[in-house]
Amino acid sequence: MKRLPITKTPKVYIGGAFVRSESARTFKVSGADGAFFGNIPQCTRKDLRNAVEAAAKAGPGWAKRSPYNRAQILYRLAEMLEARSGELVGSLVRFGAREADAARGMSVAVDRLIHYAGWADKYEQLIGSVNPVASPHFNFTVTEPMGVVGIIAPDSPPLLGLLSMIAPVIACGNTVVALASEKVPYPSILLGEMLATSDLPGGVVNLLTGFRRELVPTFATHAHLRAVYAAADAGERRALRMGAAESVKRVRFVDTAPDWFGESAQGLGAIRDFVELKTIWHPIGS
Amino acid sequence: MPSARTKPGATRARLIFGDLWEFDPAPETADPKLRPRYDLFIGGRFVRPRSGRHFDSINPANERKLAEIALAGPADVDAAYRAATGAFRSWSALPGRERGKYLFRIARLLQDRAREFAVAETLDGGKPIKESRDFDVPMAAAHFFYHAGWADKLEYVAPGRSVAPLGVVGQVIPWNFPLLMLAWKLAPALAMGNCVVLKPAETTSITALKLAEILQDAGLPPGVVNFVTGAGETGAAVMGHPAAAKVAFTGSTEVGKAIMRQLAGTDRRMTMELGGKAANIVFDDAPIDQAVEGIVNGIYFNQGHVCCAGSRLLVHEPVAEQVVSKLKNRIRVLRVGDPLDKNTDLGAINSRAQLATIRRLVAAGVREGATLFQPPCQLPEKGFYFPPTLFTHVTQSHRIAQEEIFGPVLSVLTFRTVDEAIEKANNTPYGLSAGVWTEKGSRILRMSAELKAGVVWANTFNKFDPSSPFGGYKESGFGREGGRHGLLDYARIS
Repeated sequence: MKRLPITKTPKVYIGGAFVRSESARTFKVSGADGAFFGNIPQCTRKDLRNAVEAAAKAGPGWAKRSPYNRAQILYRLAEMLEARSGELVGSLVRFGAREADAARGMSVAVDRLIHYAGWADKYEQLIGSVNPVASPHFNFTVTEPMGVVGIIAPDSPPLLGLLSMIAPVIACGNTVVALASEKVPYPSILLGEMLATSDLPGGVVNLLTGFRRELVPTFATHAHLRAVYAAADAGERRALRMGAAESVKRVRFVDTAPDWFGESAQGLGAIRDFVELKTIWHPIGS
Repeated sequence: MPSARTKPGATRARLIFGDLWEFDPAPETADPKLRPRYDLFIGGRFVRPRSGRHFDSINPANERKLAEIALAGPADVDAAYRAATGAFRSWSALPGRERGKYLFRIARLLQDRAREFAVAETLDGGKPIKESRDFDVPMAAAHFFYHAGWADKLEYVAPGRSVAPLGVVGQVIPWNFPLLMLAWKLAPALAMGNCVVLKPAETTSITALKLAEILQDAGLPPGVVNFVTGAGETGAAVMGHPAAAKVAFTGSTEVGKAIMRQLAGTDRRMTMELGGKAANIVFDDAPIDQAVEGIVNGIYFNQGHVCCAGSRLLVHEPVAEQVVSKLKNRIRVLRVGDPLDKNTDLGAINSRAQLATIRRLVAAGVREGATLFQPPCQLPEKGFYFPPTLFTHVTQSHRIAQEEIFGPVLSVLTFRTVDEAIEKANNTPYGLSAGVWTEKGSRILRMSAELKAGVVWANTFNKFDPSSPFGGYKESGFGREGGRHGLLDYARIS
């Protein structure tokens, strides 16, 4: 007799736990073959606010980790992803990606995590500075993470896009509330499971699924999100800018038509945009 | 405990921890997994030396033989350079991302085997297990991990310019931090895309050869790293080989100068990390107890076998008596003995020769009129040991205030003004490190500006990090190791 497989209940990863939407709403997703796959949580503004709270709670602890420790945790996450890349590639293929593209995207995603793992203890030496002021003062500029950063991931590539946006933001000590691809949300559910088995503390990365039109306005206006990093269309950009003005939130948009697979999609720039600069004066003498 | 009501100035009976009862032994027992005999590591394989000769590596804690180490002659050094040269083209052409992955692997594999390496390091070199376990090995892994992350970011190191590897680098390292010095040398060279021929010190080759096993497990392409073992002659062959694009040396100033003479007339690049005679300066407003801990750590860490050791204590006159008295109390409870015991503070002196050097210089200190203090302590009968030693009434002209002793010997001098402290601190041909103890931030920064030293520690001492450049001024050498500054020393910039 053919064994009936157990289907998984997709849950979002918030505050280190797997939860349904507080609203108990879901939306149905089907595979590329049209067959029913599962019900994905349709997260609400309230879910987003809960996620921001979880991220804010995790923030100070994460920011205080040594850069070396953050680097090792990101590297460990890459180890988890590489080992389970078959599962991730399978999920991408199930929702319409070509096998070769999915596999390549997965390799790039893992390498990108390692790229940012390496940045964790290096960006300070490139962004920070000692400033040669004319008076007898030791004057230096250091970076600090901004706090909770909202991320709105592109629909495609669902996983590589999401990871490429999260990695720089957490590498420099921020915590994240991210909205995954609306069209292909399931890989983000899998990603949550891998985050949970990495060494990343709960609450550092919180992943929501749901509808952009319902959630983008709250990303724009939530005052505790200190920055938003978004792959957004023209209308959403305007909405995000408008909302951001209320709390003078930093906004960074992904280029239109970015090459997610190329090295131009990574580097110091994404880190620089999510750190504050603090300049310190101290007298020299006696 | 002493009564709180004891009159000031009265001599009190002091209860010293460990006086009334003996410590139970607390030996570290992890298996160091040593082989009876180690060959050379050339072209990704262990190969027998063409010289046909091996020498013994002994445990300085009990003078027992640990393993036989191959003696590399000129033909072996040649073979190592040939292997490195052969590997350079494809290694340097690898995308930085992929080179970095090898270094990440090395870091992780070393972390996996950390305790085994710590025991091997302690057996081979004599340092206390708590230091090899908590400092040497984790810091070595951290250096590989840190530099791994640079390999795909080299374009950031020299903005507006392009960087390229130099070629094959010849490296010679000392016996005080065998694995850590190896990591300091290998990691940046490899991240930049160079290949390496490295010679460990003859008394401490074992962890390098154990690391060769990790390089094999990591799948590092053959020839990218080659280890040749031996003494001074082998070192001279590595430094002088015409195929080296650069040489990097850590060791004594005397040998550093000899290498510079040897290479005069070539356009070989060089990095020299040489001796030191660091001043550790304590002001009257310093947090005294914290300073005493820092002084002890500064000079007795690794039995004082530290090029940046705080071997000259400059103490402000108003607190001199207090500091010296607290220091003596602190030194009394340092435990000297079996390096594998987890309670040991000072292990074995690395070699009989080094022990003789320390004894000679300490005798000179006594002869020249300084006052010797050594706490009573029972040294093991076999092995090379020296008690923690403190000299007071030291003047600047004493040999113990001028020469690098490289042992657990502290010379105490005093000063009255900030300017006098600076003058005395800088009165040395060396310039590797310095320490400043004061609660006044502005004074720390002024001292930092005036001290001619490559590293200044303020209210701390002997701190190291892969991201923090380390290296000397003056006769302590040139070039830096660590941070993007150290990386640049392995790059051709165009």
